[in-house]
Amino acid sequence: MDQKGIGMNANISGEPLLKARGLVKRYGKVTALDHCDFDLMPGEILAVIGDNGAGKSSLIKALSGAVQPDEGEITLEGKPVRFASPLDARGYGIECVYQTLAMSPALSIADNMFMGRELRKPGIMGKWLRKLDRPAMEKFAREKLTELGLMTIQNINQAVETLSGGQRQGVAVARAAAFGSKVVILDEPTAALGVKESRRVLELIRDVRSRGIPIILISHNMPHVFEVADRIHIHRLGRRLCVIRPDDYSMSDAVAFMTGAKVPDEVATAA
Amino acid sequence: MSSDTKTAAGYEEGLQGASDKVAEFHEQKTALKRLQHWLHMTPSAVPMIVLVAAIIVFGLLSPNFFKAVTLSTILQQIAIVGILGCAQSLVVLTAGIDLSVGAIAVFSSVLMGQFTFRYGIPAPVAIALGLAAGTAMGFANGWLVARIKLPPFIVTLGTWQIILAANYIYSANETIRSSAIAAEAPALQFWGYSIQPGGVKILYAVFLMVALVAILAYVLRHTAWGRHVYAVGDDPDAAELAGVRTRRVLIQVYALAGFFCAIAGWVMIGRFGSVSPSASTGQLGNIQSITAVVIGGISLFGGRGSIVGMFFGALIVGVFEMGLKMVGTDPQWTFFLIGLLIILAVAVDQWIRKASA
Repeated sequence: MDQKGIGMNANISGEPLLKARGLVKRYGKVTALDHCDFDLMPGEILAVIGDNGAGKSSLIKALSGAVQPDEGEITLEGKPVRFASPLDARGYGIECVYQTLAMSPALSIADNMFMGRELRKPGIMGKWLRKLDRPAMEKFAREKLTELGLMTIQNINQAVETLSGGQRQGVAVARAAAFGSKVVILDEPTAALGVKESRRVLELIRDVRSRGIPIILISHNMPHVFEVADRIHIHRLGRRLCVIRPDDYSMSDAVAFMTGAKVPDEVATAA
Repeated sequence: MSSDTKTAAGYEEGLQGASDKVAEFHEQKTALKRLQHWLHMTPSAVPMIVLVAAIIVFGLLSPNFFKAVTLSTILQQIAIVGILGCAQSLVVLTAGIDLSVGAIAVFSSVLMGQFTFRYGIPAPVAIALGLAAGTAMGFANGWLVARIKLPPFIVTLGTWQIILAANYIYSANETIRSSAIAAEAPALQFWGYSIQPGGVKILYAVFLMVALVAILAYVLRHTAWGRHVYAVGDDPDAAELAGVRTRRVLIQVYALAGFFCAIAGWVMIGRFGSVSPSASTGQLGNIQSITAVVIGGISLFGGRGSIVGMFFGALIVGVFEMGLKMVGTDPQWTFFLIGLLIILAVAVDQWIRKASA
């Protein structure tokens, strides 16, 4: 889509592309986000890890417009933004693959890929009768799925409910990668995938980064995180504990940080 | 430490020379399985088969059944239910239910009549106001469902009573006679006029119903809005995350359903001649429309089925009523059989849902 000329080498220094400060989200008595900060640099792959219930999903939902934080502010390219809905965030070029995948089972692959941004026929048919341009949407969907090489789908008009779990996830990832122009967020993108398919998704993540688009990757899979991430945001008890580089720490260190078994140096000195 | 990172993906080396085969099923595809799959792909096929079978059976039982007059009478009799069924289909596709369709239709027709005769508003303006009022009633349903998040069944159970009561109170239970309408405001009876090619009377109302079904079928199938209606019924949370404004779609669906009901109200004036606040549609309209929708194979759980199926469903009810009357059975058999058909339709729906790709 919108190809930005940022280039291959990730510019990790400088101003964050997507920044959040002091995000708070409460669900009744539960505080899911407790004055949480977040920074995504241009062109990087940022992994977000944390224990179950640490508030990773709430953070991601706040950044993708699925929930509205009670407090705090989000800036995109230095400008403050408020996402009232996922559609809003998408308007800014932020795409998200949710853990639940957000697909309508009875609708076709093409319908699902274009949900909320359907293409209409040119001319009178599209303008006045609002007719969908099915052939164009199907062609695009097929191209994207082939690019991903993830699946053996014969029929692009197949209902999503007839796909296997891995194929569904593939379609969801393809959708985000195809339309994300500023940020792509992936929540557990390899959770339902086999070894081979996981590899393809990791390649896809790198591929998206090489187009200059930064990626937020939420995963419990430490080998994957340490392999592709430029930086790792460790989330604990509703806030950012620290950000580490995968070269500086081992996987077991990261796990120790996120479970509270160990405290990272900079946090320890600050406290 | 970094060696840790390098060997992390080491287990993937086993992928080299891996087979590309995926698990395949070599099951015998029985005729039944293939039928199930086909029905899964074409949800309006079941009601169509039942319809064709019913027509053939009644044609054999009663020699008069195949006359054009019979068929045109059937169409005439389902005109109102067909239009109410359009409204009901929209709502049911979003996994809701609208018990107030009949009440909205009757109240709209009463408003059209009273505006013309009580206040002397020109008939076309009164009709437009009646259509707007029906839309507003539907909007109220939608607002309560989408914004206040009340279950559609409860909302429309309430508005059904409220609207029907308001209808009696406002009209003081007064009927406007057919002759008065014909003399002073014939526009109200427009859909009761007919063309008669070769002596067979076809009401304008029948053309209207067919046109509305066709338009709605197009909108649901070929526009983004139509796809959103299905997505909302299928899985509202997923639709919301995927970028559908679910609450807006829901309110639009209920308001549009109200508009269709008001059209049905206008058609009622043409069909019955008079405007009566105690027309049976107020009590039976919702049940009849739900029957057409269910027999037509639209899933009450939302997101599945087609408007054409609903049309077949309405036709099936019409054919049963007319056919059994012509064969000369006790009219209660009609309801007996329609009851069976409803249960059968839902059973088939459940069976089809188990179909795999």
